Amino acid sequence: MEIEEIAKGVLAGNKRCIARAITIIENSPEEGQKLLATIFPYTGKAHIIGVTGPGGSGKSTLISEMTKEYRRRGKTVGIVAVDPSSPFTGGAFLGDRLRMQELATDEGVFIRSMATRNHPGGIAKATKGAVKVLDASGKDVIIVETAGAGQSEVEIAKVAHTVTLVLAPGLGDEIQAIKAGIMEIADIFVVNKADRADADKLVMDIQSVLQLEDEVLALQMRREKRAWRPPIIKTVALTGEGVPQLIEKIEEHRQYLQKGLIIKKSLENAEAELVEAIRDKVVRSIVEKLKREKRFEEILMRIVKKELDPTSAADELLNQVLR
Amino acid sequence: MSEERRIKVLIAKPGLNSHDRGAKVVARALRDAGMEVIYTGLRQTPEQIVETALQEDVDVIGLSILSGAHMAHLPRIMQLLKEKGMTDVLVIAGGTIPEEDIPKLKEAGIKEVFPPGTPLEKIVKYVLENAPKRRKKE
Repeated sequence: MEIEEIAKGVLAGNKRCIARAITIIENSPEEGQKLLATIFPYTGKAHIIGVTGPGGSGKSTLISEMTKEYRRRGKTVGIVAVDPSSPFTGGAFLGDRLRMQELATDEGVFIRSMATRNHPGGIAKATKGAVKVLDASGKDVIIVETAGAGQSEVEIAKVAHTVTLVLAPGLGDEIQAIKAGIMEIADIFVVNKADRADADKLVMDIQSVLQLEDEVLALQMRREKRAWRPPIIKTVALTGEGVPQLIEKIEEHRQYLQKGLIIKKSLENAEAELVEAIRDKVVRSIVEKLKREKRFEEILMRIVKKELDPTSAADELLNQVLR
Repeated sequence: MSEERRIKVLIAKPGLNSHDRGAKVVARALRDAGMEVIYTGLRQTPEQIVETALQEDVDVIGLSILSGAHMAHLPRIMQLLKEKGMTDVLVIAGGTIPEEDIPKLKEAGIKEVFPPGTPLEKIVKYVLENAPKRRKKE
């Protein structure tokens, strides 16, 4: 199939085309770029929700319940579930889908599993592209499940409108998750497995950290950060308890964003994407070009012999190229 | 390394059997060989399996069946794949499938059947060598 055909199919909501489009974005940079450029004008309608949190907190099960609730409300849903690739073999076990399989034959749901391929930050390089494809295909809501390594998953904030941090009592490291940067990016907190006895303590722990943050922000006089108070929702994903309330809060956040912040966030995301694209192209074109020149080998030797440090070497090479 | 195309495999268990150690072991072995493996758990219907394979755009489907109901499920899966135009996917099967049923399954489109006792390396090697070499540029 030609790129134009696939793009047309995506816009028409054809599942095979959606699947092929995501594969192209994952594997063929040039074709992928062409495809994304074609569908880009049709993106921007979906509400993108990031679901992150430590492994074992119940993200996949929760996403399955969230999707069912959205479906009950007549919305269509796209899900991108990311799992880590082995840094040694490059392979991956993509098991998130296992908890969502009852949705497999629902016409209004599209689920795609993706391996990080050692891209840092909890999502894959192709995740942003996959989200755009699902957006252009007309999905009302897109849920991205991060790889779940814990504290380093801040990339999701650049992709999602609403970031939901899912914690569960008894995982041992919930306080660590609370302390790390992830706390700052979460728009909604979920305490899953809320039927456990220690759930309320976890809620209180989160509240005290949020309170502290509130006080700091007040001192710094950052008004706009205080306007949205991240709520804490208790859920029992296995039964669906608390999920309708979670969906309500997500809706509230969406409305809050539409009051103007969404432009600011969109600009931030656009800048991040543009810088990343530039960086990619620079590495690809300049480094490839340099490698073909003899100077590259000579400079490598000088670095090994400690005659020149790598940063100064980069300056030398770039001065040549960017003159 | 990250630009390299990875073979994408779906390991699925159609029907009512509830033993999945074998399927998980195969899934792990394929992952260790550098593939991206999706495992969808127990009790999948043919419709669920085919729909999953379509959305995930897999190169290979490995069907694991220990309940003896392979003749009921596998040809149906092949039929659905044909209807969806997914004939370029490599489909293999494993589990307690008797010798005499293998020709019929191959006729239905299952490329290879791996009975109990098949060494893991054999399965991994087969997939590496026979997975469709999808055109790098689509």
